[in-house]
This record gives sequence, C-alpha cells and structure tokens, in this order.
Amino acid sequence: MAKSTGVPASSDGHPIDPASGLADRRASERTYDAIVIGAGHNGLVNGAYLAKGGLKTLILERRHLVGGAAITEELRPGFWFTTFSYALSLLRPDIIHDLELTKHGFMPLLMPSTFAPMENGDYLLLGQDHGENLQEIGRHSRHDADAYEAFNHDVLRVCRAIKPLLDQVPPDIFSNDPEELVALAALGTRLRGMDKKVLHDAVRLLTGSAADFLDDYFESEIIKGYLASSSIIGTKVGPYSQGSGLVLLYHLLGEHDGEFGAWAFHKQGNGGFTKVLARAAEALGAEIALESAVERVITRNGRATGVALVDGTEFHAPIVVSALDPRRTFLELVDPRELPTDLVEAIERFRFQGTSAKVNFALDGAPRYPALGDRTDQYRGFTNIGPSMEYLERAFDDAKYGWYSKRPYLDCAIQSTIDPDMAPPGKHVMSCFVQYAPYHLKESDWDAERENLGDTVQATLESFFPGFGDLVLQREIRTPLDIERTVGLSEGNIFAGEFLAPQMFLFRPAPGWSQYRTPIDGYYQCGSGTHPGGCVMGAPGKLAAGQILKDRGRRRAPAETRVAVEA
Amino acid sequence: MIRTTPFHDRTSAANVSGLWEHWSGYLVASKYQLSEKFEYFAIRNSAGLFDSSPLYKYRIHGPDAEAFLAGVLARDIRACPVGHGQYSAWLDDRGFVVEDGVVFRTAADDYLLTCAEPNLAWFQGLVGRLRVTLEDVSEQSAVLSIQGPRSREILGSIAPQVCDLPYFGLTGATIASTPITVSRTGYTGDLGYELWIPADRALPVWDAVTTAAAGQGVIPIGMIALYMARIEAGLLLLDVDFGSSRYAWTDANRSTLIELGLGWMVRDLAADDRTFIGRTAVERELREKSSRWKLTGLVLDWQDYDRHYDAAGLIPPKDHTPIQDEYYVYDDHGTQLGYATSLMYSPMLQRHIALARVPLDRTKPGSHVKLELPVSHRYEYFDATVSRLPLYNPDRRTA
Repeated sequence: MAKSTGVPASSDGHPIDPASGLADRRASERTYDAIVIGAGHNGLVNGAYLAKGGLKTLILERRHLVGGAAITEELRPGFWFTTFSYALSLLRPDIIHDLELTKHGFMPLLMPSTFAPMENGDYLLLGQDHGENLQEIGRHSRHDADAYEAFNHDVLRVCRAIKPLLDQVPPDIFSNDPEELVALAALGTRLRGMDKKVLHDAVRLLTGSAADFLDDYFESEIIKGYLASSSIIGTKVGPYSQGSGLVLLYHLLGEHDGEFGAWAFHKQGNGGFTKVLARAAEALGAEIALESAVERVITRNGRATGVALVDGTEFHAPIVVSALDPRRTFLELVDPRELPTDLVEAIERFRFQGTSAKVNFALDGAPRYPALGDRTDQYRGFTNIGPSMEYLERAFDDAKYGWYSKRPYLDCAIQSTIDPDMAPPGKHVMSCFVQYAPYHLKESDWDAERENLGDTVQATLESFFPGFGDLVLQREIRTPLDIERTVGLSEGNIFAGEFLAPQMFLFRPAPGWSQYRTPIDGYYQCGSGTHPGGCVMGAPGKLAAGQILKDRGRRRAPAETRVAVEA
Repeated sequence: MIRTTPFHDRTSAANVSGLWEHWSGYLVASKYQLSEKFEYFAIRNSAGLFDSSPLYKYRIHGPDAEAFLAGVLARDIRACPVGHGQYSAWLDDRGFVVEDGVVFRTAADDYLLTCAEPNLAWFQGLVGRLRVTLEDVSEQSAVLSIQGPRSREILGSIAPQVCDLPYFGLTGATIASTPITVSRTGYTGDLGYELWIPADRALPVWDAVTTAAAGQGVIPIGMIALYMARIEAGLLLLDVDFGSSRYAWTDANRSTLIELGLGWMVRDLAADDRTFIGRTAVERELREKSSRWKLTGLVLDWQDYDRHYDAAGLIPPKDHTPIQDEYYVYDDHGTQLGYATSLMYSPMLQRHIALARVPLDRTKPGSHVKLELPVSHRYEYFDATVSRLPLYNPDRRTA
C-alpha cells in the first residue's frame, strides 16, 4: 500500500516507501484500467475481482487505513477496538474462494453462545448444543421449545429460497434487452417453483413486521425479544413496524460454515478481515493508495476518464468505480447536472437516517452477571440487551420523536473472550452496538449529546451488570455523526442506505440503476447502497466487478473482431 | 475397569460436556465444552491443552541403543542428536508399516519412543545380542500437550528455555518445582509442545500451566478437536488412515512407507549404510515403482458440493466433525480409484478435505477425482482435487 503524499508511516503496520508517492509519478504512471474509490470491504472486493480479471487497478482510500467501516484500531495500548462493524455472517462464500482469502489469513472464529440478560435478573443463554438450547428455551416456555424448532425450519426454507438473490445482479425490468428478459423469466420461474407456504412466509417477512411473524410462533417475551433484536439493526424501525421483517430476514440469511443465521468474529475483528481482503487484492495485482481522498470523478463527453484527488493529483482510467454510498456517488463525486433528473430525485429521496451508534469499552475484567456468578463463558458470542419486543419498541419510540433511547437496545460483543489478541490477558474489549440513536436530534446535536449517550449506554449496562462502571478503563463513543465524519457514510447509516423495501433489489439505489452502472459511461457503483445491500457481505463489490468485466468484454469484442477482419 | 490419567482430577472438572471416550484403556474427553469447534479454534487461535498421557512410552537404553534403533526404525536415528526427536516408522521385512511414533534421544545411549499401541514385544524380539534394554515406562509420565500460536509465549513465561527450542527439540525444565522434559512436538500441525511430567506431579504442573495461560483463551481440548487439527495437518492415525502390518489379514490392509507418503523418511538411502528392517523391500519398491497407491490430501470443490445438495433440495451441510471412515474415490467414468479414510469440513480452509489413497497416476497436485458421498439416501459423486499434505501448515509450526 502507498500513500499519495506525506510521511512514510502507516498505522496499520504496512511499511510505506515514500518514493512510491503516487502524486509524484508521471502522468503515464498514473493511468490505470480501473480506479476504485474507497477501500471499504466492497471497494476492496471490487478491486480484487477487477485485478483478477486482468485490469490494472488502483484502489483509493481517503483514510490512513483500509476497511471503511470495517476497521480494528488499537485505541489504548494492547486494546483493539472494532470501532464500527464488529462481526461477520453475510460474507458471500464465493468471495472467500475466488479471492483465496484463506491463503491471506481469513479466520472467522466461532462465537459459541448468545446471551440475552433479562430485566428480572434471569437470562436466555443459547450455545452449540441443540438439545440443551431447547431445554434452555423450555425453561422460559415449554411451548416455545417446540415452536423454536418450527420457526427455524420455516425460516431456513425461506432463507434457502431467497439466498440466490444475494448472488445475482437484479434483473432490469425496465429494459427490453433480451438478456434481461431471460433473467426476469428465470426469476419468475424460480418464484413459480417455490412452495406456497415458503413464498407466503417470504412475503410476510419481506413486507410485514417481525412482531407479527414472531407472535405466530412464540409466547415467551425473552425469546421474542432476542429474535426481534435482529429485526431493527441499523434501521429506523421498531419490531412492530412493517418492514422490520425484512431486516430480520437479512440477519438470518447470513451464514457461517454453512449454518444460516450463524455469526463469526473474524480474527482481529472486522479490521482483521479487511486487511485480509487488502492482502488478497494486492496479491492479485491491485494497488491500494491510502490517504488519497478523491475530490471528484473526471468526466468528458458523458464518459468517466479518471479521478481528481483533493490535493489536485489526477489519475486516469476508463473505468471508475465508487464504493461510496449513493448520495456521494451521484450527488458529490459527479455533478448531478450530468445525470437524469429522475435519478437525482430518486437519490435525494433515498433514506439514510442513520439510527445506530457504537460505544466501545476497554474493561479491567469481564462483567459479572449475578445469576451466573463468576461464569464468563456466556460472553463468547453476542450479549443481547433487548429482553422483550416491548423493550425494543419503547427504545424506538424515543427515536420516532428525534431523540436517542433512554433504555437503548444493545448488541454487545466482548471479543477478547474469543480472540486473546484483542486485549491484554484478563482484560477485555467490549463492543456495544447501540440503537436507537437517530442522526437528526430534535433541538440538539451529537457534539452536545455524545457523552450523554455514552452515559445512557453505561447506565443501561450497569442495570444488568452491577459494578460494570468500575471495570471501565476507557470509553469510545461513535455517534451517527461520528460515523459520517470518520467513515463517510451519509447520516451515519451503517448499510449505506436504509433496508426498506422501496430501497431494495430492483430499486437499490434507484429504479433502473440497480445493475451497478450509472448514466455516465465507465462510471460504476459497488457500495452497500447497491444490491443486495449492507453488512459485511461483499456481494455488491463482487457483482459490480462482474458487470464491469462483462461490459468491458462487450466493448472490446467488436473492436477485436474489426482488427481481425482488417488483418 | 477403565483407567484414568494422572490429570483426571482436572480434566473431569473441566469436562462440562460429560462426553468421554476410551483411548488405550484410559478415559479421555471427547470434548470438554459443548462445542468441539470452539476447542479447535483454541488450537489455531490461542492454545489448547491436550492430555496425551495414554501414549505408550518405551525407554530404550544401553551402549547399543543407537545401533538397535538404526536397525529397527526406517528413519536414520543416527542423524538425531541428543536433545532432539524424530517422527519415525518401523517396518516389517516386506516393507509394510508396523507403526509410527516419535523417538527422542535423551542422552547418547538413551531414548524414549512413544507410540499408540503396544510394541514392546516387537522391539524386544529384535534385540538379539545387542546391549540394549527396553523398558515400558508408559505409566511413569503424564503427558500434557499445549498446542497453538500462544503456546511458546505461555510456556516461555514459566520455562524460558522453551523459547529457543527448535522444532522437534527437547529440553529439561522446571515447572511447579518439578523437573520435567519439554519437547516441541504435537499432533495438531501447529506450534506446540509436549510436557513429559512425573506422573505423581501431573496436577501441580497442569495448574502452573493453566495459571500461566489464564485470560488468554487457553482451554482443554478433547479428541474431536485434536482429530480436526490432525486431518488438516495431514497427520496419520493408526487404525484409521492405515493399519499395522502385524495384524492385517491381507496385504490390502497393509501399507508401505512410500504408499503412506512417508517416503521422505528414507530419502537419503544412497548415503545411508544401515541395514534396517524393510530396507530391501523399500529399495525394491522405489526401483520397480511398485507402490500400489499413495496417500494424499483431497480438497472438495465447494461449488460442486453445494450444487449436489441444492439439487436435492437440501442446505449443504458443512459439519466440521471428522468422519474417520471410508469413502470411495472414483474417476469420471465410475471406476473406483481408491478410498478416503478421513473426511471433514475444515474451518481454516473453508472446504471439505479428506485424506485418501489414489493411484500413482493421480498423485500430482491438481489431479481430478470424484469422491462418493451419500446425499438424500443415494450416492453422488463430488468433484475433488488432489492436494499435497499438509493441507494446513502455518509457518509458526516450525519457525
């Protein structure tokens, strides 16, 4: 990796040769086949696939480290924080194999348990033994132990039916291209082939509320609270809102070692994962330049021809790919006047409304949960502070009216219990995903409320883990505003745009522009704001690369034919 | 009555799964936690503690000990200096492998040989007029194996001499006021050590090691996790990947050194003037290229794997639990080529892998074969690629 300017140092440990300063190179050396803007996980995946496809590829990153929102930082000596994104599940398996990630250190560590404390001091603790899990659920409701089996079976059938959509470019239903009609027909055939119940369940999940779906199966509040927590993550909905079913389904669609709904913690956090991606991309020939903020995409006669950095340096390539979110891709990197009005309007209407925050702790020891005495093995997976659907919905109520939750939903992970390299022996790092924390606060702002949010989160934890505050060595608060400022995600939306039905599939990010192209020839999009969306999935980066390479093949084929004929 | 190892007080307290199995007449944990996969990741990500005490251990000493071992082991023991060990095998006179094990040279004329099954009578029967004494010292030592990237740092904090120990090196150390021997060996394909502890001092040493490891994710690991690691590392298991020639009914159940992929043990025969049991047969096999097959790694094509299950309407299972049983290997036309003896889904490689015997014309890495596996109550044929062992081999293992 190299920087465009500046000193020969890199915080992620890559030795950097100042002589490779990209700005100092001659124009011919600043010419590539493809330039990717943003070294988040999708930018890296995209760049790696383009390099694998034979393109001389440059990936430009504004910050001093790769990863975008998937970074791990040593914010206190010996303590490594997953500042933003903190776990893996939806990563597409073909990316692991296509990019040979296992050769570059890919290591998704099993999270063997899920812990859901309750407000009355009891808890739900699920682990790796199926029979024991049913007994544990049965402790709360004998009915739900059986219902849990039925729920899982029904949901798995939906996941199996829906999953292929994650690995496909959405068909363009607005096009008359015969290839698109074939793709559309294939989709129709797939729908027709689906079992009636599976299709109905899929539609109920994709359009309905998580609460309605879960109420059909369960009676226990803790089971429903635990499951419904996945229905609100990153999205401004409550479990009773229509649309929360879609978010729930997305979180169940992930897989780890073939197990749907299973999550893993990558060695050294998601920053460890994006470093693996960077190594894979470089091994395939891609060049990564850090501290190289792109000012704009250079266009000529409706074609992208390169990019200009903030420092004025220009790089040239016939292919420019934005891994940034749709607002930045369409409204900031290019002049909206170059785009069709309906697209500009659609992007202006695209909902970001980030609603999540992170509060990360360095801890002097593991928290104590009174009902479990001195046990700490319950922390080897997620600790879910969302003990009922009502708890979650009340947390959402605050957000509806422009404020952060008084009792927030927290998805906590003490990752040092799984990866000892995250903290010194006996000490811990604890990542807390916080919801709801709406980007727009009513009559205040996040610079004023940042510490208050931290206090709210800490007080909530204290109520479940008495003495928690005494363990805190350091606290890092990342509000939606901080996410926007640091990572660049508009309004701090972790999915680069809300997971709402009108913003998914054919409509992500805008009707007619779901196939990673843009109206500007040679300018593409590959971020989480495109299908199939956010989470550390990599599918947008991969699918976009497929489109780019296909388009390039098409463009070149006639020229080569012509040369052959002339010869 | 099944016996317990010297660590039993600790292992039984740690075993929350309640699952045990029998190994050489001893009770050993199948898994301690409810998740053997979590134990497996301790090996690859931190360190796992494994109770290896049931191993058979023979002390071989006397002025002719070297000459004796040079004549009965396939690998040249004379190349093993004091304070080192060798992974070796012993053959019968037809070149078939009797068993394998690790032999340590503790002094110029003193060795410790470890193996999975009793071999005392076999070796004693070969002593002849040599001045060598063989003793079964199996019960004198408890063996605690610590395997994984953190093992060096942890052991080094209580026994600094371990830090410089080379791969297969052997050193004395004192832990918990107990003189012990530490070898840089193991059965996981990772950085790791084995502690040879006087049996009556097993518990204090266990406690000292676990105290040194506290807060670093080190946990006891059971047999299942060990098997996962050993398959990835291409380490063979007796009675699974091969059988002892002594007890085979037919030659189909016997294997030569070269067939097992252990030919490297006798790589330098031209410069080796030993007369060891099986040498003539090995030379003939090399000369006549008469090996029947070779044991190698297989990596299943993940897309093809998924396709078979998708087509059957099933979610492709990716179960890491090792299946140490036979599955058959075919060519594209349905002719059987060989068989696999160990199969698992490897979390580190994110693919199904196997140890298998293939004909000599398929031993080249990248060669294509089909592996027969049942899907929805019928056999299907899965694309697989021959791959050199070990399939997982981190630099730290030998660095």
